[in-house]
Amino acid sequence: MNALPTEGAFAIGLSHFLTVGAILFTIGIFGIFLNRKNLIIIMMSIELMLLAVNVNLVAFSSYLNDLVGQVFTMLVLTVAAAEAAIGLAIVVVFYRNRRSIEVEDINQLKG
Amino acid sequence: MIIASLAFYLFSIIGVIAALNVIFQRNPVHCVLWLILTFFNAAGLFVLLGAEFVAMILVVVYVGAVAVLFLFVVMMLDINVTIMREGFMKYLPMGALIGIILLVELAFVFGGWTMSPAAEGLRLAPAPDMADVNNTQALGNILYTNYVYLFQASGLVLLVAMVGAIVLTLRRRPGVRKQKISEQVARRAEDTLSVVQVEVGKGLQ
Repeated sequence: MNALPTEGAFAIGLSHFLTVGAILFTIGIFGIFLNRKNLIIIMMSIELMLLAVNVNLVAFSSYLNDLVGQVFTMLVLTVAAAEAAIGLAIVVVFYRNRRSIEVEDINQLKG
Repeated sequence: MIIASLAFYLFSIIGVIAALNVIFQRNPVHCVLWLILTFFNAAGLFVLLGAEFVAMILVVVYVGAVAVLFLFVVMMLDINVTIMREGFMKYLPMGALIGIILLVELAFVFGGWTMSPAAEGLRLAPAPDMADVNNTQALGNILYTNYVYLFQASGLVLLVAMVGAIVLTLRRRPGVRKQKISEQVARRAEDTLSVVQVEVGKGLQ
């Protein structure tokens, strides 16, 4: 399926790609914890996590020779685009009302 | 194919560094630019994996649409960058702890990974030989046949997202004077103009 070597010192296996996915996912989680003042960076962290999921799906799809993983990746891309559009719209509306995008201010949505 | 291995390490290392910069940069605009670099490197990884179509879609959709949308919103909102960093150090230990725990857990999962021999038989759409049909064609063959309902449903998701975003951000501000061409065209002389007979020696009331 792919052109990567499977033997030797420079072998690239499935676990290499899964490791990259895991690191990206962890960075995404870490970003959510760190940037409590900026909602937009939190949304970027969510995009990073979705990207990590996509890396995992495509890696499994490639190493298993199964195309369903790539179909599912496109669905994840669709959902990510929709999520970004809606989320950024909510951020814009919130900024119009409150003049800030801090996470601490959003608890007023509880009513 | 040592070049492919080196390309893997290049893409993944630059991608991880760019992802770290996304969450550590001060300026949100720089964060978006680093995010774009992360997406490009992930697309490179996808090309290495033989998923060319998904890689190009990633560049078009993520870099061309999502990241530019982020860039628009970041530049539209007037965010105070110095306030943004308050509490950064407060959340750092807890976030680092949880991140490390998660990474260790994922390492355990992926470190002990072995492919089951039964997995070959469980494939839903085994990839055809790349000599006969390329990746895009093979994806289209199953996306528009076996997964056509999923395809339509994702179209509906995008439609709902579009309507939702428009409904959320559209606002009508009172007191804004705009040109209304229909009203201008519909204006009649008798509605706005009147001829008054003024008597001699008297002013107009």
